Amino acid sequence: MSVDKISRRTVLRGLLGGTAVTVGLPMLDCFLNTNGTAYAATGAPLPPCFGTWFWGLGLTPNQWEPATVGPDFELPPHLAALSPIKEKLNVFSGMQIFLDGKVNQNHYSGAQGQATGRVSRNSSDYSVSLDTIIGGQIGSGTRFRSLEATCDGNRRSGWSARGSNGLNPSETSPLALYARIFGDGFRDPNLADFTPDATAMVRRSVLSAVSDQRQALMGAVSASDRVRLDEYFSSVRDLEQKLAFELERPAPLPACSLPETSTDDIGSLVTQVEKTHRQFARLMAHALSCGQTRVFNLSLGSAFSRLRTPGEPSGYHSLTHEEPVDTTLGYQPKCKWLAERCMTFFTELAQALDGIQEGDSTLLDRSVIFGFTDHGEARMHSMKRLPVLTAGSAGGRLRTGYHVAAEGDAATRVGFTVQQAFGVSRGSWGSESNEVSRPFSQLLA
Amino acid sequence: MSAPRGYIRWVARASMLGVCLGLAAPSVVAEESALVRLTPAQYERSIHDIFGESIQVDRGIVDPGVRENGLLALGARKLTLSAAALERYESLARQVALQVTDDRHRTTLIPCTPVAASAPDTACAAQFLSRVGLFLFRRPPTDAQIQSYVAMAGSASDTLDDFYAGLRAALVGMLVAPDFLFRVERTEPDPAQPDTYRLDGYSRAARLSFFLWDTTPDAELLAAAESGALDSTPGLYQQIDRLLSSRRMEDGLREFFSDMLGFDGFATLSVDASLYPKFTKNVADDAREQTLRTIAQHLLDRNADYRDLFVTRDTFLTPALAAIYGVPLPRSQELGGAVPWVPYRFPDNDPHVGLLTQISFLSLHSHPGTTSPTLRGKAVRENLLCQRVPPPPADVDFSLIQDTSNPAFRTVRQRLTKHRQNPTCAACHRMTDPIGLSLEVFDTSGVYRTTENGAPIDTSGTYRRQHYSGVGELAPLLRDDPAVTSCLVNRAFSYGTARMPSDNELGWLTETRTDLVEDGVTWRDLMRRITQNPDFYTNVAD
Repeated sequence: MSVDKISRRTVLRGLLGGTAVTVGLPMLDCFLNTNGTAYAATGAPLPPCFGTWFWGLGLTPNQWEPATVGPDFELPPHLAALSPIKEKLNVFSGMQIFLDGKVNQNHYSGAQGQATGRVSRNSSDYSVSLDTIIGGQIGSGTRFRSLEATCDGNRRSGWSARGSNGLNPSETSPLALYARIFGDGFRDPNLADFTPDATAMVRRSVLSAVSDQRQALMGAVSASDRVRLDEYFSSVRDLEQKLAFELERPAPLPACSLPETSTDDIGSLVTQVEKTHRQFARLMAHALSCGQTRVFNLSLGSAFSRLRTPGEPSGYHSLTHEEPVDTTLGYQPKCKWLAERCMTFFTELAQALDGIQEGDSTLLDRSVIFGFTDHGEARMHSMKRLPVLTAGSAGGRLRTGYHVAAEGDAATRVGFTVQQAFGVSRGSWGSESNEVSRPFSQLLA
Repeated sequence: MSAPRGYIRWVARASMLGVCLGLAAPSVVAEESALVRLTPAQYERSIHDIFGESIQVDRGIVDPGVRENGLLALGARKLTLSAAALERYESLARQVALQVTDDRHRTTLIPCTPVAASAPDTACAAQFLSRVGLFLFRRPPTDAQIQSYVAMAGSASDTLDDFYAGLRAALVGMLVAPDFLFRVERTEPDPAQPDTYRLDGYSRAARLSFFLWDTTPDAELLAAAESGALDSTPGLYQQIDRLLSSRRMEDGLREFFSDMLGFDGFATLSVDASLYPKFTKNVADDAREQTLRTIAQHLLDRNADYRDLFVTRDTFLTPALAAIYGVPLPRSQELGGAVPWVPYRFPDNDPHVGLLTQISFLSLHSHPGTTSPTLRGKAVRENLLCQRVPPPPADVDFSLIQDTSNPAFRTVRQRLTKHRQNPTCAACHRMTDPIGLSLEVFDTSGVYRTTENGAPIDTSGTYRRQHYSGVGELAPLLRDDPAVTSCLVNRAFSYGTARMPSDNELGWLTETRTDLVEDGVTWRDLMRRITQNPDFYTNVAD
């Protein structure tokens, strides 16, 4: 039941006339079933969640592709870090992003193609991303439409975009993200008492009045600026919705708990990125389990990764171009080590979700994490043989435990398959040679 | 720049057709308007100018924006606000509004006292909000806007039983409104030139003020807009003179050069502390400030030629910077200074000459643990000469020539020379590397050195067919390159108008460059030429 449906003035007069009054709203409507996997009133399962995870610079060529395809594949040593989540994982190999004659914007075009389905001529032309599409399908009714974070301190190191006017900025500080989700305005869904915040109500009506000025301004600006203003006013509505959410009594979620916090230590050292990533992974998992959002985007950092070990003169990106290929081993050893660290981070994120038990299943089981990168062989800025990962099964809609090899296919097939798993209704996705209309049907349950 | 006549005629015909068909037709006035998002610095400075320096603004939570065609100012015209960003702006707005209406500030900032502190007071709210709205929106709010904000204040005061809480709510509304967060540049028909459009008076005032002072127009400028003075040449020139003679020009100059030199990169600068223990966060901050101080003193205090920034030996240092430059520095306090900055002139035989040898440039265009002649050369080409260096092509193997244990490739020059034997790479690296190699005697942190991996560093090269032995000889060659001046003129015009010059404006840019090369490239002269150019007050339809 929404407080909007009560006389706002009645509630607030009661609230502010003296000490705060606890507003008792019926709880029975929204109790979960006894094992916590569904809402009791409707029997509907907990909603699916979606996350993207980006790491730069791919994996070590000829070291990561599993030898067999289909289920029951074995992880090669380069992917050994993924072993703990293997049964809930899919590995995709052999795919590429097509440039269709456009300049290869190194460390950009490959990721853009997978995140949006298209490759643009320049980086200022970026369109709606996969998470926005899937969020449109599953994301309503939460406090945040999506949450973005990156581990390298650079707010622009993500790949999520709502429209045509640039990337969603990412949170760089775990403490700031904690405050945003679990600080002011957070309503613990498992507390019996609920008191609507009068200030939040005022804030919401202020935003509503700002929205009302839309028409007056729209007539004064150009067609392209109207598109930008539209996006601005969408953001105003999102914020209104966030406040509306805070004013409603949340449905109990037994799996929801507040994560621990620790100090920020943001930097490019492997140990710093590991800590920051771990904090963000935990925050995202708890935000999902507490019903604050259903969509997140977590990036290890820029595709020009500066991940490094202390005393090593070159960051990861420089190493991919500077470290000699060891002629005996057949690869760049330092780069391989860093790529394996990245796989450990992916496992930690998946485990953060998998560690939240919801009845017989876990948060990861009702989610999908889409892991993607910018290049196949980063040393050569190759757009071929891109490694792609997914973890989680979207509540059983996506089969897991597969290695899918699709030599020469557009890598957008993975994003299209995931969209299908979430019930997005469309016949194809992507543009030019990256347009695909065939999902990996063996994965769709 | 006004709309092409053909386009005007097309719009006129389309409008007629639209009227016949009952459709809404595009308006040329609207099509030539622009929406430019405030930068973090402009946000903070506007708040300080309107409400006073004592209002704390956490500028770090404002989205820094994106770079386009070399400038954040151009990216600002493409930006909107995501939900996450708006959330931050709303939080910042509440912080600001809380301070403005607190006990400490309300007596000076709010011009009236409510009848009762616990109830709405429409008259007092209207008085405050219409005045504040003028400054925040850079034009008088419409009657409908005032009514809306006064209603917001009344409703919130009523709900919260607090007049000031109501005022606070309405102020938050203004601070998150697009009229404040964006510069809404409106146009009007130009009476002097039929079929052309120009910015209206208030938009002219804002463009001038943000360009020269990087802040919102002050009361006098807004009054000039209101009276129509900015529409007349004498009135406009009078305001330009007033702005140019102010110390606040330094704010505008610092923001312009921070943008042109890519100083937003300091936010994510990474220099390996284990390899360069002297390079701390404080050094990075000082390095940025050193360059801005050098430029401000050179261009404003001395009214010196911009080109001489490439060869100047005059600068300012702090003890932390002096340690990296390896020079003795008297303590500021001993000189009676209140700040740690001390004026310093590098001796004539010192390797440090001009902006390129300052730590800001050297560290910003390096890898965390190694120098990069390519990045440094690319920065000179793109940031200072406005030339475009294409990205490297795909499928090029760099690693074959990166083995520093190979005696043939001990220096980066040797490695890059080998790399340039690949014809695919040669064209671009010929542009970037020779300039960057002249700076190889400065490591990532800016420390002077003469060898790399035990081999002597060769800094020689050729620039515009003239040989140089090192940066000391390259710097004057750069100074004398007309591209340096044309780049500055182009960037300044683009920065001020938040748009690229149109083809029709290239003639003016060339003419200005020619005049400046002859007369001397002084900052106030350049600013005067740009702001006196009628095209400065126009937009180009998308």
